[in-house]
Amino acid sequence: MSEAIDILASMSAATLRVAAPLVLAALAGLFSERAGVVNIALEGKMLGAAFAAAATAAVTGSAWLALGAGIGVAVALSMVHGFASITHAGNQMVSGMAINVVALGLTAVLANAWFRQGGRTPLLGQGARFRPIEAPFADALRDVPVLGPIYADVIGGHNLLVYVAFALVPVAAFVVGRTRFGLRLRAVGQNPGAVDTAGIGVDGLRYAALAATGLLCGIAGTYLSIAHGAGFQQDMTAGKGFLALAALIFGKWRVWPALFACLLFAFTDALQIRLQGVALPWVGVVPIQAIQALPYVLTVLLLAGFVGRAVAPRALGQPYLKEKR
Amino acid sequence: MSAGRLPRVVDWVLLPAANLCAAFLVSGLVVLAVGENPLRALALLVEGAVGYPEAIGYTLYYATNFVFTGLAVAVAFHAGLFNIGGEGQAYVGGLAAALVCLGLDFLPGPAIVPLAILAAAAGGAAWAAIPGWLQARRGSHVVITTIMFNFIAAAAITWLLVNVLIKPGQQSPETRHFAEQAWIPSAQAVLGALGVPMPRSPLNLSFLLAIAAAVAVWAFLWRTRWGYALRATGHSEAAALYAGIDTGRVVIVAMLVSGALAGLVAANEVLGVQHRLLLNFVGGAGFVGIAVALMGRNHPVGICLAALLFGALYQGGAELAFEMPDLTRDMVVAIQGLVILFCGALERLFRRPAERLFAARRAPAGEP
Repeated sequence: MSEAIDILASMSAATLRVAAPLVLAALAGLFSERAGVVNIALEGKMLGAAFAAAATAAVTGSAWLALGAGIGVAVALSMVHGFASITHAGNQMVSGMAINVVALGLTAVLANAWFRQGGRTPLLGQGARFRPIEAPFADALRDVPVLGPIYADVIGGHNLLVYVAFALVPVAAFVVGRTRFGLRLRAVGQNPGAVDTAGIGVDGLRYAALAATGLLCGIAGTYLSIAHGAGFQQDMTAGKGFLALAALIFGKWRVWPALFACLLFAFTDALQIRLQGVALPWVGVVPIQAIQALPYVLTVLLLAGFVGRAVAPRALGQPYLKEKR
Repeated sequence: MSAGRLPRVVDWVLLPAANLCAAFLVSGLVVLAVGENPLRALALLVEGAVGYPEAIGYTLYYATNFVFTGLAVAVAFHAGLFNIGGEGQAYVGGLAAALVCLGLDFLPGPAIVPLAILAAAAGGAAWAAIPGWLQARRGSHVVITTIMFNFIAAAAITWLLVNVLIKPGQQSPETRHFAEQAWIPSAQAVLGALGVPMPRSPLNLSFLLAIAAAVAVWAFLWRTRWGYALRATGHSEAAALYAGIDTGRVVIVAMLVSGALAGLVAANEVLGVQHRLLLNFVGGAGFVGIAVALMGRNHPVGICLAALLFGALYQGGAELAFEMPDLTRDMVVAIQGLVILFCGALERLFRRPAERLFAARRAPAGEP
C-alpha cells in the first residue's frame, strides 16, 4: 500500500516538474495566438532563454540575474517575431520558423565558442540555480500515511519556478478573461478591424501580447537550464515548444483546458519512464515511442475534429494591414 | 501585389540580393561576436566548399538534398501552403525505399533502383497527403499537422529500426546494407567508367534526378492545367473557387507533389550514399528546404542556385570548423535561420522603401 502511494507521489511530482515548462510555454503561446499571431517559435524562444540563463548563471553565479537574462532574450526574440510579422506583415509561420532555426544555430555556436565544452555551458553549482524548496515540516510529516509523502513530494520539494508556473495559470486566466486588456487581446485575434474601428491600435496590442509571450517563454527556458537542469545543452528544448503548442491547441486556446492538456502530456511522459520494459496485462510491453507520439497523434485527431473540435481565433495568422480594410 | 510598381530588375534581383546581404551581414556580426575575422572565415568557407575537386563533390551532394526539399517547400508555397513536414516526409520516403531494397533485392538493378526511387517518392507523398487531406476536408491547419507528423514519423521509424528492421546481432539501430545492385551509382564510378577521374565523394546520380525534378516542377507549375489551378489557389482561394477549381483537391495534390519531392531526399541519402536505413538520416535537410525555397523565390532556377549556395555552406562550414574551432557547423544553421528571416518573414523590409522611392520618382512634381 505504502509502496503504491510512494509510486503515485513520485509520478505526480515528476508530472508537475515536466509540466511546468509546458504550462509556461502554452500560456506564452496563448497570449500570442489569442491576439492573432501564430507562434510556432515557442521552441526557439525557450531555447534562447535557456542558453542566456545558463550562460549568465555560469558567469555571475546568480540565478536571479540568469532569470532576467533568459526573459530578456526571449522577449527580444519575440520582438523580432513582431517586427517581421506585425510591422512588416510577414508570414507569421515563416517568421516563427526563422526564430527556431536561428536560436538552434546561434545558441550552439555561442555556447561552444564562449565556454569551449562542446556546446554545453559549465555545470552550475547549487548557488547559481533555483533549488527545490522544502515544504515546512515536510520531514516531520513524511511518516504520516498517504498524506505525508504527497505533502512532502507533490506539494513541496519543487523549485520556485514550478510554483511560479502554476501560479501564473489563474493569473493568465484572469488577465485574458476578466481584464480590459484581455478583452481587447481576444478581440484583436477575432476581428482586428473592429478593434481598429474602436480606436485601439492593433499593432500595439499584438506587440504587448508578444511581450507577454517572451516573458513566459523566458521563464520556461530558464527553468529548463538552471532549475530543472544544471546547465545548457545543445537543443535542450527537444521539441517541448511544439509539445506546448500542441497542448495549447488541444486545450482549444483556453487557459484551463490548456493546463489540463499540459498535465496530460507530462503525465504520459512520466508514465513512459515508468513503463519502460514493463509488460502490462492485456497489451504486453507498450513501446515508449508510442507513448512519446501520443500527444501529437491526439492533437492531430482533435484538430481534424475526430475528438471534439478546436476552433482557432478567427484572425489567427493574418497580418493586419490598415490600408487593406 | 507590387510586382507592377517596381522595375523587374529591382523586384527579381536587387531586392532578393539586399535581403540576402542583410542575412549575411548579421551572420558576419555573429562571427565577430565569436572573436573571429568574418572575411577570413568567408575565405576559408569558399575554399572548403569549392577549392578542390573532392569538396565540389560534397557541395553538389548536399545541394542535391536541398534541391529536393526546396522544390517540395516551393510547390506547397505556390498553393498557399507552408509544408514544414519535409523532414518527416523524407524520413518516411527513406523507410519505403529501404523496404523495397530489403524485400526485393532478388531483382536486377535496372528494376529495383527505379522501384526504390518510386517508393521513396510514394512514401513522402503519402506522409504529406494525410495533412493535406486533413486541411482540405477536415479544416485542420497544414502547418500544425505537418509539425506533428514530423514527430510521429520520428517515433514510428525509431521504433521500427530498434525493434523490427535492425540488422540482427548489431547494437546501432540500422538495417543491413542493401544488395549492391540497389545502389544508385556514385559519380566517381560513372565518371570513372567514362574515363574521367574523380575523387571519392558522396555525389551520386541522384544529382541528375534533382535537376530533372527541378525541370519537371517548372513544367508542372507553369505549363500544365494542374499547375495553373495550384497557383491560382495559392494566389486567391476565393477566386479559384469561383473559377470552378476544386481547391480542396488542389491542396491534396500540392501536398502529394510536395511530399514526393521531399521523399526523393531518400534517393540521394539512402540509395545513393548510406545504402541502408539509419536513424535521422535526413539530418535537417527538410528545414533547409524552407530557406532554399524562400531564397530562390519559389522558382526552380532560384531554388537550384540557392541549393548550391547552401550545399557550399554545409560543405564549407564543415571545413571551416576545422580551421576555426569556435565556428562549429551550427553556424550554418544560424545562417540558414537568418536567411529564412530576411528572405522570408522580412521580405518587405526593403520593398516598401523601394516602392516609395520609385513612386516618388514616377509622380510628377507638384502633384500629391
